[in-house]
Amino acid sequence: MFDELRELYQEVILDHGRHPRNFRHPPEASHEAKGDNPMCGDKLIVYLTVGSDPERTISDVAFLGKGCAISTASASLMTELLRGKTERDARTLFAHFHDMCLGEEGAANHGPVDDDALDRLKVLSGVRQYPVRVKCATLPWHTMIAALAGTTEVTTE
Amino acid sequence: MPDLPRPDSTARPYDADRIRADFPILARRVHKRPGHPGKPLVYLDSAASAQKPKQVIAAMTRLMEEDYSNVHRGIHFLSQRSTDAFEAARRRIAQFINASSDDEIVLTRSATEALNLVAHSYGRAFFERDDEVIVSVMEHHANIVPWQLLQTDIGIALKVVPVDDDGVFDMDAYKALFGPRTRLVALTHCSNVLGTVTPAKQIVDVAHGHGVPVLFDGSQAVVHQPVDVRELDVDFYAFTGHKLYGPTAIGVLYGRKSLLDRMPPYQGGGDMIASVSFGGTRFREPPHRFEAGTPPIIEAVGLAAALDYIDGLGRSAIATHEHDLLIKATQSLAQIEGLRVIGTAPGKGPILSFVVDGIHPHDLGMVVDQAGVAVRVGQHCAEPLIDRFGVGATTRASFGLYNTVADVDALVDAVAAAKEFFG
Repeated sequence: MFDELRELYQEVILDHGRHPRNFRHPPEASHEAKGDNPMCGDKLIVYLTVGSDPERTISDVAFLGKGCAISTASASLMTELLRGKTERDARTLFAHFHDMCLGEEGAANHGPVDDDALDRLKVLSGVRQYPVRVKCATLPWHTMIAALAGTTEVTTE
Repeated sequence: MPDLPRPDSTARPYDADRIRADFPILARRVHKRPGHPGKPLVYLDSAASAQKPKQVIAAMTRLMEEDYSNVHRGIHFLSQRSTDAFEAARRRIAQFINASSDDEIVLTRSATEALNLVAHSYGRAFFERDDEVIVSVMEHHANIVPWQLLQTDIGIALKVVPVDDDGVFDMDAYKALFGPRTRLVALTHCSNVLGTVTPAKQIVDVAHGHGVPVLFDGSQAVVHQPVDVRELDVDFYAFTGHKLYGPTAIGVLYGRKSLLDRMPPYQGGGDMIASVSFGGTRFREPPHRFEAGTPPIIEAVGLAAALDYIDGLGRSAIATHEHDLLIKATQSLAQIEGLRVIGTAPGKGPILSFVVDGIHPHDLGMVVDQAGVAVRVGQHCAEPLIDRFGVGATTRASFGLYNTVADVDALVDAVAAAKEFFG
């Protein structure tokens, strides 16, 4: 009965959804933002530790909050993939990931991307079949961008 | 408009299968794709919007095919036919809630508009800074935000009645909220999340004891129980058509005539004026004063047909049937480990919100949907209440007159399957 759903809820997602990585509040975090999806009540806070180097290298990413398996897994994967990335690389990865969620890979030229990181995010690409779930997958990333930009709150509405 | 034929059911036992045959959409299958026959639709989202019987569809089609034109403004044949049908619908609605007069029935686009009408017209005319409106924590956003707009614009204050952990309305707290600046009580008659039915008569009696009028948001209540505005002695009663098996884009505001008479217009336009000149415009009497522009003519006729349909089945018979389904669903779901029902007030309506340990409602809803079961997940336009119960979101199954024990079984099986899926 659930073959189609297995495409969406791959094992990696169920695992990260149940056991999110970097689910903590680092006291040394330099940036944070609150993300809110009022449609489903999901709320999360993304914490970034951003270096003072010219490229603004992100040395740590963490989050806390309450969300569905998709948004929790997306946040969890994000915390793993962004560690050590510069601001520009983080933004580029999200641009590619965003297109992937909408089924629009290659639609725009966002510049070179960490292919291995993008590959790991492919487990979330099943959301393209379920338009209402795209926001679940992208909320943590929008929140991360808001934190980088110094905005404290973001909502998907 | 001639009276619509009513199904003769008073003598017969409640036959949900026969009733289902009146709802064409219930015969469809969902999630069909090549090689897969799909799943029969199990519709448990009537509290969001109910499906429509063919009697409603036929009444609207007939009006459009035979009698349709604009109302109140033509001398031609169809204009009179359409006006007659529209005003007959208003009469039917007045009768449904036992209003004293058709003039107490304002037809709006939604319950939300009805509530905004009271806030905008009554509130702006009669409220002053530091006046107070009593609401409850279980209001739909439609009965919170219009008052908050007055909070911003006029400086009124909202006083909020709490509920206990079962979702029971706190009558003592309610009584204690009254003060010299209380100007209006605006409460739900039945919570769209908890199913809690508020003690309407007692609420009105207390408020009137303080000389304060009462408005009920009856969008859920009017669907599941007989409502008699005269017996309740309520001052305003708002509800919507689409949850009552009628069409979308029609709402109803009942207003006590003595109050409507004192209220200024809500919107300006055609149909609400007695005469217009640049020297000054005179407005029509209620209810027309509050119905600017071409009204929802087809929708009103559809709603009247829906009320005929409901009364044909019998409102008490429907209530009994829905209550039986609620009890069965509550008992069956309780067998699922880690499942907790939110809203356990005695005498509640057939609305069943729940959470399951370790499964977010959004994920649960996806799996349940794949099984063909339509439920609502999220905050149900009642964020303060969801916060009150500290759950973030819930899954809500709601039962209507066409649901069956088989629907309940399908829900329980689907939730059990979701538990297995997310293990």
